[in-house]
Amino acid sequence: MNELPPFILFFVAALLVLVTRGFIRNLVLLMAPVIGGLHLWFNVEPGIVMSHSILTFELVVMRTDKLSLLFGYLFCLASFISSIYAWHIKDQTQQLAGLVYAGSALGAVFAGDLITLFIFWELLALSSVFLVWARGTERSFNAGFRYLIFQVVSGVLLLAGALIHYHNTGSLAFDHIGLEGIASWLIFIAFGIKCAFPFLHSWLTDAYPEATVTGTVFLSAFTTKVAVYSLARGFSGEEILVYIGVAMACFPIFYAVIENDLRKVLAYSLINQVGFMVTGIGIGTALALNGAVAHAFSDVIFKGLLFMSMGAVLYRVGNINGSDLGGLYKSMPRTTALCLVGALSISAFPLFSGFISKSMVMSAMIEENFDYLWLLMLFASAGVFHHAGIKIPYFAFFAHDSGIRTQEAPTNMLIAMGLAAALCIFIGAQPQYLYSLLPWEVDYWPYDTTHVLAQLQLLFFSALAFVWLNKKCMYPPELHSTNLDVEWLYRKLVPKIFRQCLYFLQQTKKSVVSMTLAPVHKISHTFSKTSVAKYHLSESWPTGSMVFWIAIILALYLLVDIFA
Amino acid sequence: MMAIQGHLSLLLVVVPLIMAPIVAILPRARLAWFVALLVAVVCALLAGIQLWNIVNGGAISYELGGWAPPWGIEYRIDAVNAFVALIVAGITALTLPYALLSVEKEIPKQQIPFFYALFLLCLCGLLGITQTGDIFNVFVFLEISALASYGLISLGRHRQALTSAYQYLIMGTIGATFFLIGVGLIYSQTGTLNFADLAERLPAVFEHKTVHTGFAFIVIGVALKLALFPLHLWLPNAYTYAPTVVTIFLAATATKVAVYLMLRILFTIFPDNFVVNTPIFDLFIILGIAGILIASLYAIYQMDIKRLLAYSSVAQIGYMALGIGLASTAGVMATLLHLFNHALMKGALFMAVGAIIYRLGSCRMDNINGLGRVMPWTFGAVIIGGLSLVGIPGTAGFVSKWYLILAALEQQAWISVAVILVGSLLAVVYVGKIIEALYFKAALEANKSIKEAPLLLLLPTWTLALANIYFGLNTELTVGVATSAAQLLIGTIE
Repeated sequence: MNELPPFILFFVAALLVLVTRGFIRNLVLLMAPVIGGLHLWFNVEPGIVMSHSILTFELVVMRTDKLSLLFGYLFCLASFISSIYAWHIKDQTQQLAGLVYAGSALGAVFAGDLITLFIFWELLALSSVFLVWARGTERSFNAGFRYLIFQVVSGVLLLAGALIHYHNTGSLAFDHIGLEGIASWLIFIAFGIKCAFPFLHSWLTDAYPEATVTGTVFLSAFTTKVAVYSLARGFSGEEILVYIGVAMACFPIFYAVIENDLRKVLAYSLINQVGFMVTGIGIGTALALNGAVAHAFSDVIFKGLLFMSMGAVLYRVGNINGSDLGGLYKSMPRTTALCLVGALSISAFPLFSGFISKSMVMSAMIEENFDYLWLLMLFASAGVFHHAGIKIPYFAFFAHDSGIRTQEAPTNMLIAMGLAAALCIFIGAQPQYLYSLLPWEVDYWPYDTTHVLAQLQLLFFSALAFVWLNKKCMYPPELHSTNLDVEWLYRKLVPKIFRQCLYFLQQTKKSVVSMTLAPVHKISHTFSKTSVAKYHLSESWPTGSMVFWIAIILALYLLVDIFA
Repeated sequence: MMAIQGHLSLLLVVVPLIMAPIVAILPRARLAWFVALLVAVVCALLAGIQLWNIVNGGAISYELGGWAPPWGIEYRIDAVNAFVALIVAGITALTLPYALLSVEKEIPKQQIPFFYALFLLCLCGLLGITQTGDIFNVFVFLEISALASYGLISLGRHRQALTSAYQYLIMGTIGATFFLIGVGLIYSQTGTLNFADLAERLPAVFEHKTVHTGFAFIVIGVALKLALFPLHLWLPNAYTYAPTVVTIFLAATATKVAVYLMLRILFTIFPDNFVVNTPIFDLFIILGIAGILIASLYAIYQMDIKRLLAYSSVAQIGYMALGIGLASTAGVMATLLHLFNHALMKGALFMAVGAIIYRLGSCRMDNINGLGRVMPWTFGAVIIGGLSLVGIPGTAGFVSKWYLILAALEQQAWISVAVILVGSLLAVVYVGKIIEALYFKAALEANKSIKEAPLLLLLPTWTLALANIYFGLNTELTVGVATSAAQLLIGTIE
């Protein structure tokens, strides 16, 4: 019994969702993560390896150690909270997609070989895209397609990498891979796409804000965290990850500050937070890896909380543009308070969950002498506070009163947000429980004077900067606009170049081709009257051409066979 | 019981042959259907028992009429024929329950008994090709199945069905004639028609140009039957305009039997160093590659789903040709696997399309918009079959493409690997086109009131669709049989 892979529970629940309705279906949705979580917590020990043979391979569908178990707990928790948050949803597609999505994430973290990983990798993509499409708008449909293309490309790269890896080493086991040779680079880039590396990230900021209210909450929890887990397992200690991570932590800040769609702001801040994790993985010491994993844990919860609160606003107001919102604290006081908890957590205020995990990564950087990069990360931390800690609650709930009066969020949303907020504070105030679950042995305690003081200074001064900039009207105003970053390449530049090329080609065709082809035209005109050409132009080919081909093939073959 | 066991291989051919005229004179359409169904089920059971016997006991040799080979006709059954015979009989047994409603809808009532009679004759011919060990006997069965299928195709509802049947008749006859010319040339040199005997006597006359010419005629004739690109031109029309049941049947069995015959000729009859000294394998690789790419491209531009799937069949035959062209155990094994898996996926897809035709009366791309939403079960089968066609892991299509890629990698045939992958991408496009039209495009007003297809059509469709998934996950049976069959065939060459 203790070898039962948890994803099976989720997939069985997904089948039940197909045949049940109403309250029972909601109960199934809620109980799947609960049972899965309890199963993992009580039954499953580190060190299990269960395989299933298929084709000529042993597929290891269940391989547990402390690293995968921690992510297992996290995904069950996230799926539980998201299910409560989505309690009011009646749409079967979304419910089904959510369950399969969460189940695939669990399948991926317990996968012991690259083929199993690939299967769940693709399932993650295929199930999650329905959460984007479920919004039902033209924009979400297109964004979903672009998202799917990115994800499938990532899967294809992973498969190609896995096959070459198998060819070279004769093993498909998913353990430390390290960056050597083409196979590992393919796998690395596959992970990188799902992890939203710079220039490969645009699917995230493109699709997440277009998903449904509840869909985004699901999306924020799983895809990138599966990628973080995979990187931690396969590429820990690769120095290039430190630089990638720092870049990820820094560049989204600028976009987040000018972005108007508040859920898109959160999407950028998601990349920024994943940057901290990637950096931790790149440093590769026990402390840094623990920090990365712990940060993934707390990030799922506080980022989920923020997405939930913005989702609640979107649900009630029907709009999530910073320029149109403001003053909502009057009608949504509880949501405001819960959002603030999330904001404090993501900004890493002491006593909130972000602090205890992010400081591990920061300490590890200092220990390994990445001084300049450490400064950049400090800047990134300040930036987080700006766009996620202040901007989100400020423009949504405070700022100038937009005059919108609406209701408090529905009870199930409040419960879900309350649960997440409680976890944020609990982890922040009592980090020893989370620390005891971490995969590597480390003696670390975040609450010492230097840490707390440094962090508070950072936060207060950047708060000061925000206030000052705002007073002087130098803070970028919230404007109605669509900001494109790297997507500009394929949404604008490539189509433009393509059109230009087409235009150019047409022109070329007109001038050059028509001139040079004049004699050819003449020939082709005569040719078109011959019977051979007629066969090729019609939809159904006349019998004569078939006979022609059989004669050609036979003649050629005989010539080659007999005279060669 | 033992007495019947002994004649099992013959019964497989004789039962449909004898029942065909009886079915033709039955007074009622449904009675004819029922008898045909019984025959098909019996054949499937016999084929299953035969494969079981061979897996457990080794090859069977059956002497027709008690005349010892090489003078008499010998039925020689090993893992290869038994496997193909089971595919043919099994698919037929699945197609017939489906046929009841579909045929009643598409064919005038008084013609239905004739339809089933022709159907059984065609089955008899196809099974005969798989069973026999005599090359002239192959020609006879080839003609039986071909003549029956010309008749079957001509029963289609559209007037073009007649033209298509006529075209197929011309082409099929040319193919059969080529085959016969080749057999005659070979016979003139060896004086025998028995497979095993030929294999023994041919090495002595390898150098003769006559043998080379005979070989070329035989191979080209069979290549036309299996619709190897560019000899496929009869196939799109035949598949498009034939009654749906016939399309399912032919797509899943006829070309498969031709592929089997090709394998026999290349690896059993012409053994050892003869075949490798001819350019035949290069021809197969070149035509296979061209077929995969060009037929897939054609498929993308088709406006009729049946026609689209027909072109896709040509492309899939390209994969099989590629596997043959690699001329290794792995390649032939991939071909045999794909033979089976392609029967599953095309069967499921054509059945689902048939369900659409049953409700809508047509399957033009511009008529089916939004139909997936009112026919969810049919649509589900299209999706599963389509995924299998593309080769998504977890479906049967993945397994055979996987082994084909492994076989190509083994010989460092990078171009072939690239072509297989590009072919899969093209399949994504044309399968995507069907799914887009069925589900994502705004539903046509007329399509909103259409009901889900009847259960009798859905059950066989879904059986095949689920088989796609089952054989995508559990590959022990298929891979095991295909491997031992491939070893049997290739054992002579390496």
